[in-house]
Amino acid sequence: MQSPVATKRDMPFSQLRGEPTSVVSSDATPKIKIRNLDFFYGSFQGLKHINLDIQEGMVTAFIGPSGCGKSTLLRTLNRMYDLYPGQRATGEILLNGRNVLSPDQDVNALRAKVGMVFQKPTPFPMSIYENIAFGVRLYESLSRADMDNRVEWALRKAALWDEVKSKLNQSGLSLSGGQQQRLCIARGVAVKPEVLLLDEPTSALDPISTAKVEELVHELKSEYTIAIVTHNMQQAARVSDYTAYMYLGELVEFGLTDEIFIKPKRKETEDYITGRFG
Amino acid sequence: MSSHSSVLGSGGALEIGEAGLAGAATGVRPPSPPRDRMQAQRFQDALFHQVTRFFAFSVLAILVAILGALLYGAWPALKEFGAGFPFSADWNPVTDKFGGLISVYGTLSTSFIALFVAIPVSFGIALFLTELCPPSLRGPLGIAVELLAAVPSIIYGMWGLFVFAPLFADYVQPLLSATLGNIPFIGGLFQGPKNGIGILSAGLILSVMVIPFIASVMRDVFEVVPGILKESAYGLGATTWEVVWNVVLPYTRVGVIGGVMLGLGRALGETMAVTFVIGNAHRISPSLYEAGNSIASTLANEFAEASSDLHVSSLIALGLILFFVTFVVLALSKILLMRLGRLEGEKT
Repeated sequence: MQSPVATKRDMPFSQLRGEPTSVVSSDATPKIKIRNLDFFYGSFQGLKHINLDIQEGMVTAFIGPSGCGKSTLLRTLNRMYDLYPGQRATGEILLNGRNVLSPDQDVNALRAKVGMVFQKPTPFPMSIYENIAFGVRLYESLSRADMDNRVEWALRKAALWDEVKSKLNQSGLSLSGGQQQRLCIARGVAVKPEVLLLDEPTSALDPISTAKVEELVHELKSEYTIAIVTHNMQQAARVSDYTAYMYLGELVEFGLTDEIFIKPKRKETEDYITGRFG
Repeated sequence: MSSHSSVLGSGGALEIGEAGLAGAATGVRPPSPPRDRMQAQRFQDALFHQVTRFFAFSVLAILVAILGALLYGAWPALKEFGAGFPFSADWNPVTDKFGGLISVYGTLSTSFIALFVAIPVSFGIALFLTELCPPSLRGPLGIAVELLAAVPSIIYGMWGLFVFAPLFADYVQPLLSATLGNIPFIGGLFQGPKNGIGILSAGLILSVMVIPFIASVMRDVFEVVPGILKESAYGLGATTWEVVWNVVLPYTRVGVIGGVMLGLGRALGETMAVTFVIGNAHRISPSLYEAGNSIASTLANEFAEASSDLHVSSLIALGLILFFVTFVVLALSKILLMRLGRLEGEKT
């Protein structure tokens, strides 16, 4: 786990930031490349010229004050904004080299590949088992036994299996808040996405549940590319490999988490991280 | 007044309360000490409690009174014809033989047709208005649906008889006979006189009348589904249909069934529009094209000319049956909700 981070630390910063001028090394083809991304809520511009690479198998954190566009950026990655008329994005987001913003991209297929977990736990009004199976059924038809295995696998991934294995037929709403959020993560994991987007996943949770979710992020990053939005800078420092600091819709600084938190290059970043601002 | 308050127990709350209010109203005295204010507030709370309880219980009292009056009025008929009254197809004022089956069948079949048509249409309207409609259309369409609910039922009746029935007879009934009429078992429902009035016409007019109720309730409850819940279903790659069918509908089922019950309540009791188009014939027939009678239309038609006491009493007994049918329907909907709740999984 330590070695990829160590090698990436040797890479030039411009390359990590994904600037077009840099020479792309062969061992780090980014999972997601964001190029010149602009985002508009009607006439208000929510994101301005974002250029960013999200590395495969890494956790990338987005930090910044409220309204800086970090959640908006996350929501462009699976085109969640499509649900709302008047919201549009221009530029390019390349997932595995394909532009997901292009009109011919099948949005539902994209969202099956790019899972998302929200600020608040949102279990569906069905049993715990069905909460997991619902998403799987959308794209796969598994036999009863295979589905049972998949549900167990997903719940184990989310460190929830031992707590719910005896009550899979109970409503997902009967769980505690932290359990519900892990259920939502299990639900996202169950469909085997390539990328997992976490939008302030612990903002409604107590410290113990938060710790469990953070542990989970550590566990999951070996298999998934994870992007996490968080208000909690300690959390960003704990869970992420890369950190992006955003302010007023612009990407101020992006780099290895250790560098951002220990010796940020920009004054604004330092002010925010040290708490002098925001 | 403060000197009084110290010695008065809770029994004196009334006096103190009034004194405190009077003092506050004149504005001459300095503000009352907190102790007095607390007692005044306690009195206000108690008063509020009693008044609201009176209102709530008055509903119960009215219900009991209506039921009592119906039972009293229906008693001669129930005594004469016994428990078989609701199941007897007799209705002959000349020989004084009465039974409720024809009217009960008319009421239930027209209401069933109304819901059969109205539920899917209303679901479609609500789904379009909440999930698919461009925002600029949302307001006008929503208002149009609500206006449909405001049209008086007599207008529906006239429109049904003079506009809908002829068109229905000329174009729709022959088509239904030629298609659905040939299916075994249910084919008989769509054969018979094609004159545009009858059970089916009444059911369809009723469906137009209940659609606005069901659709606007469905729209309202669909709108309160948290966006984040829908987004998380969309986030798994679900289509709009899958989100609505698997997440929105289960989440709002109590409200949706409430809306359907509201529509059913209107369909069961609707009088004027049904009287216009149902044909008012005391017959029971396997065909939906035949004229029939519902409880409400029978009452509307015959109360004025009911000559014998037994006839009047039988009509009141029909009213009692309608009351009972509505109650059973309500009870069934509660049971249905409990069943659905169990399917979803226990909440504890």
